[in-house]
Amino acid sequence: MTEPVLPNPVLPNPVLEVRGLTKSFGALKATDEVSLALIPGEIHALIGPNGAGKSTLVAQIAGQLTQDTGEIWLGGREISGLSVAGRARLGLGRTFQVSSLALEFSALRNVMLAVQGRLGSSFGFVAPVRRDARLLDPARAVLDRFGLAERAEVTAAALSHGERRQLELAMAFALEPKVLLLDEPMAGMGAGGTRALTKVLGAMRDTVPMLLIEHDMDAVFALADRISVLAEGRVIFSGPPDAVRASAIVREVYLGGEG
Amino acid sequence: MAEPGNAIPDSPRSGGSPLPPLGGGLGRGSVESWLNAALAVLLLAAPLAAIGLGEPYYANLASRVAILALAGVGLNLALGYGGMISFGHAAFFGIGGYVAGILAQGAFNAAPVISWPVEVMGSDSMVPIWLAAMAVSGVAAVAIGAISLRTSGVYFIMITLAFAQMIYYFAISWPAYGGEDGLSITVRNGFPGLDTYDPLSFFLICYGVLMLALALSWRIMGTRFGAALMCARMNPERLATVGIEPTPVKLAAFVISAMITGLAGALFADLNGFVSPSMLSWHTSGQIMIFVILGGVGRLFGPVAGAALYVLMEHVLGGLTVHWQLPLGLILLGVVLFARGGLVGMVAGGARHD
Repeated sequence: MTEPVLPNPVLPNPVLEVRGLTKSFGALKATDEVSLALIPGEIHALIGPNGAGKSTLVAQIAGQLTQDTGEIWLGGREISGLSVAGRARLGLGRTFQVSSLALEFSALRNVMLAVQGRLGSSFGFVAPVRRDARLLDPARAVLDRFGLAERAEVTAAALSHGERRQLELAMAFALEPKVLLLDEPMAGMGAGGTRALTKVLGAMRDTVPMLLIEHDMDAVFALADRISVLAEGRVIFSGPPDAVRASAIVREVYLGGEG
Repeated sequence: MAEPGNAIPDSPRSGGSPLPPLGGGLGRGSVESWLNAALAVLLLAAPLAAIGLGEPYYANLASRVAILALAGVGLNLALGYGGMISFGHAAFFGIGGYVAGILAQGAFNAAPVISWPVEVMGSDSMVPIWLAAMAVSGVAAVAIGAISLRTSGVYFIMITLAFAQMIYYFAISWPAYGGEDGLSITVRNGFPGLDTYDPLSFFLICYGVLMLALALSWRIMGTRFGAALMCARMNPERLATVGIEPTPVKLAAFVISAMITGLAGALFADLNGFVSPSMLSWHTSGQIMIFVILGGVGRLFGPVAGAALYVLMEHVLGGLTVHWQLPLGLILLGVVLFARGGLVGMVAGGARHD
């Protein structure tokens, strides 16, 4: 059976584009000529077995790792050489596989920090933040949207796992990003939590395009407009969910018996 | 678009967190506020009472507490709030001291302190000396911080130590300002409207500066800059992810921190009428660190409590034995092992600033 392997599809105005990204650790090619595009309005899922290079790819897109070769473009600007913060300022929002929060801050102050990052004014030495409506109002609105309004004053350390996930998403959302990079958002969530989070992400679909790295296949097939499959650092398949489900190659390297 | 709204239920294994909601949101622990007020009043009342009882010596002791606390307030900004464990703040303390000493000497000899590229005359007035001490400490901190902040953890500790030791050896080997012997301030610098030789007046100057620095610290920590700085300590990756570069934020805090410690150095020089290279030595860095750790890392009045206890022990136990640092060491050990919030934390509870 022949497969339509489309590693580098020609797409209209991608908001995020990765071109020929390669990163080696010694002899191991963690990402090998990876090309991906995210177009406005879509949720693009990236799946692949453990060790396929997903984490390395996310780290390169977010700016924590520098690629050996290749380019990353965000909204028509090359961001390959920018710092993590520089990329975030240009509109790259992300969540982490393991929640990354300011744990001693309340949920509200965490989101306020994200609003502050978006406003780009962290050298204010005079005005107290607790009365700063430009931070408070948007932060409260975002918390409300993500169902955390009642937990606003609770420190992040005291939030439950599910709430921390929610808070991370709220922070990414408060940045008003052009692109959302979601690194295994369902990790560690129970079945109910996964369903609820799937609903949340689905509702955000029209607000911001998302690159979704996820192991939970129910969530992936429920959300994704397009799925790319990564194996041994390469994109081996890219297409709509039905095509991925039907693909013999994908089934072989990844879905195994469960597809 | 649709409203996501619905909260996500917990996964079974995460459950409720054992941690209490540390005083919540933006509020401040009220016990700590009372303790801070008590410390401020106590430090003011002690020399007043001493002078009333005809023991002006104790006013000098209180000035010493205020000045060392001020040095600690500076370090606390970097170490406590910003998580930058500087083992080189003696550099700024000493630079402040030498700036005061050199300017005072210049004024005394009526000779320019610097003759090229511009002529800088000395000064025998505290306020311009303080500004100069803060400026020079700040410039040194920009250079030291910009290089040191490329590292973190134990390397940061070592590189700040190395810079301070470099300046220490430089001071020792520079004969123009006394080398190993140090530099005397023959006439204590003046302050408009006050007799700075009067122990109480000098104390009030030190106390006023300390209160100003505390107010500034408190104010800064409540601002956007403070929020970014505290996040840089807790989780620099998180800060970068919301688009804020951690390094410039930390560098700015390091510089402000150094300027406050430099100001303390200038006052210390006037208190002793003398500047010596020992102000620059790593022992001094360690001492300033002890004030902060003893009193409470990242607690506003921590350095005040720490410096007060240090000076009290130095005075009371130092009168009994030359080995007074042994009990100090034991107390420090106890604080580090059992009371991470220091003296302030022991009274006001485990909550840090939020």
